[in-house]
Amino acid sequence: MTAPDEHSAAGFEAPEISHRTIQLGVDEPLRLDCGAELRDFPMAFETYGTLNEAKSNAILVCHALSGDQYVAGDHPMTGRPGWWEVVVGPGKILDTDKYFVICSNILGGCMGTAGPKETNPETGGPWGLSFPVITIADMVRAQAMLLDALDIPDLFCVIGGSMGGMQVLEWAALYPDRVFSAVPIACSALHSAQNIAFNETGRQAITADPDWRSGNYQRQGVVPHRGLAIARMVAHVTYMSEASLHSKFGRKLQDRESVAYGFDADFQVESYLRHQGSTFVDRFDANSYLYITRAMDYFDLAERYDGILAQAFQETNARFCVISFTTDWLYPTAESRHIVKALNAAAASVSFAEIETDNGHDAFLLDEPEFWRVLRGFLDGADEQRGLLG
Amino acid sequence: MNMARKESEARRDAIRVDLQLIADMVEPGSRVLDVGCGDGELLDYLVHFKQVDGRGIELSTSGVNACVSAGLPVIQGDADTDLDDYPAAAFDYVLLSQTLQATMAPKQVIENMLRIGKRAIVSFPNFAHWRCRVGLALQGRMPVNESLPDQWYDTPNIHFCTIKDFVLLCDEMNITIERSISLDSTGRARGIGSGMFFANLMGEQAVFLLHRS
Repeated sequence: MTAPDEHSAAGFEAPEISHRTIQLGVDEPLRLDCGAELRDFPMAFETYGTLNEAKSNAILVCHALSGDQYVAGDHPMTGRPGWWEVVVGPGKILDTDKYFVICSNILGGCMGTAGPKETNPETGGPWGLSFPVITIADMVRAQAMLLDALDIPDLFCVIGGSMGGMQVLEWAALYPDRVFSAVPIACSALHSAQNIAFNETGRQAITADPDWRSGNYQRQGVVPHRGLAIARMVAHVTYMSEASLHSKFGRKLQDRESVAYGFDADFQVESYLRHQGSTFVDRFDANSYLYITRAMDYFDLAERYDGILAQAFQETNARFCVISFTTDWLYPTAESRHIVKALNAAAASVSFAEIETDNGHDAFLLDEPEFWRVLRGFLDGADEQRGLLG
Repeated sequence: MNMARKESEARRDAIRVDLQLIADMVEPGSRVLDVGCGDGELLDYLVHFKQVDGRGIELSTSGVNACVSAGLPVIQGDADTDLDDYPAAAFDYVLLSQTLQATMAPKQVIENMLRIGKRAIVSFPNFAHWRCRVGLALQGRMPVNESLPDQWYDTPNIHFCTIKDFVLLCDEMNITIERSISLDSTGRARGIGSGMFFANLMGEQAVFLLHRS
C-alpha cells in the first residue's frame, strides 16, 4: 500500500482497506452510557504474538485519540510504522515473543470499528451524527466484549497513553478481576477545563467548515478537510512542549532567507503544523474526531463513585504503574499524582515515576530510554508475580 | 540476563547492617511500606527474602526510577506530605530508615506511621554518640563523620535527636517501644533496654520497633 499524497486533502478518498474485524453484540447488545444500545457491530483489532495455553500472557494496548489498532508493523493506510512500533515487537518491551498483544480500534473510531463513518445497518448509509454519543467506559465495555469473543478471561496487563490511559483506569474500575497489571501513561482521571477547551476548539474548527455539511459530508461526497486539519494543528501543539518546539524549529524560516511579508508559511513551525494537519485528514474521519473528543471530555472516573476516586479502585488487586512526563502540559504530572493518591487511599499496589524529558505529552510515543527502563522493570516485576518467566 | 540475575541475587543478601537489623524485625509475608526507600535495597531484600507485600515512597526521582525499574512498587513522594493519603492500618509495618532527621515534622511523621501501620520501625543517627560529643566539646564544631558526612550548611538533616530524646518522645506520644537496638561504629548491635547511658554514648545509630500503646 503506498502512502497517499500528503497534500491531497481536497476531495480525498481513503483507499478501501479491509481491516480484521469481529462482530460483537450479536446475542447481547452493548448498552451505552447514553442509554442507546449497539447490536451486531464490528470491532476492528490486531494481535501480535501468541496466546499461551494458560491464557495468562495477554496484553491489551489502548490507543489514544488519533491512534488505531495498528500498533506495530507497517500501517496499511499510511505505509508508515505502527504508532508504538518502538515498544511493541519481538524482543522489545512489549515482547511479542512472550506476550500476546491485542489492540482494537476504539468504539467511535474510523479504522473499522463501529463509529460515525461506518454503515448503520438499519439505514444502509453511514451513521454520521445518528451514531450514539459514546464514553470512555463504553469503549472499555466494547473491548471487554472482544476479550469474551476471543475467549480471554483476563489481561496480564492493560496499558495505554493519553486517552489510552483513561481506558486503562476505566478497565481497573469496571473489570477489577480481569486486570493483573495496569499502566496508565500521561493521562488523567478526569478531563480538565483546559483539556475540554482545546477539544472544543478542535470541534468548532470542524463544524465551522462548510464541507462538514451538518455531519452529512460522507453522503454528499465531500470532506471537511480544512476544519479537521486545523483541529489537528491545535491539538498537535498541545502534544509538544515549548522546549521541543524551540529546539525543533525556533524561529527558523521555511525555504526562504527572510520573511515574505505575507501569510504563507514563513516559519518552519507553520509549515510543520500544516503538514501535520493535512496528513491527518488523509487517515482520520472528522465526525469520529467529534465523537472521540466528546468521550474524553465526558471522562471523570470519580463521578460514578460520589466524586471519590479511591472508590473506583476499591475492588482492584491490580499492580499499577503510573507514568508522567515533566514537560507534559496537557496531562501534567499533578494529574498523575492525583491518580496515585487515590490508589494509595485504596491501598492498591502502585508505582509512580515522573520521567524527565523535553518531549511533552508525545513523549510516550517516542524514544525515551528512562521511560522504557521503568516500563520494562515494572513488566518484569509483574511477570515474576504472574509466573510468566520460564 | 541470567548472569545479571545471579549477581543481583548474590548482592541481595548482603545489605547494610542497619537495614539487616530492620529486616530482622519484619515478620515474613507481612505488608510493608518503606518510607524514604532510596534505591530500594531494603525493600528488595524484604520482597525476596521475607516475601513481604512491599511498597515504597521515595523523594528522589532517580531513586524512584531505580526502584520501579527493578520491579519494586515505589512512588515519588514525601514523608511529610504524602503519608496522609494512606488509610489507617493499611500495613503491618511502616519503615523509616535514616530519614526521620530529614523530615520537616518528625513527630507528625511518626504519628502517621503508626496510623497507617500496626507497627513502625525507625532508625536514625544518634547525635549523642561520643564522637559527636567530643567534636562539639573539644573542637567546637558540628559533627562530620561517616554516618553524618555533610557539612552543616548542606546537610538534608534538619531535625537531629539522640537516643534518649527519641525514647522521651515515644513516652510523650504514648508509643510502646517493643525493641530498641543501638549500633556502634564497628557495626555491633546492642539492645538498649536499661543501659540508656551507655547506648546513648556508644550508639552511632539506633533502630526502634514501635507500636501504639
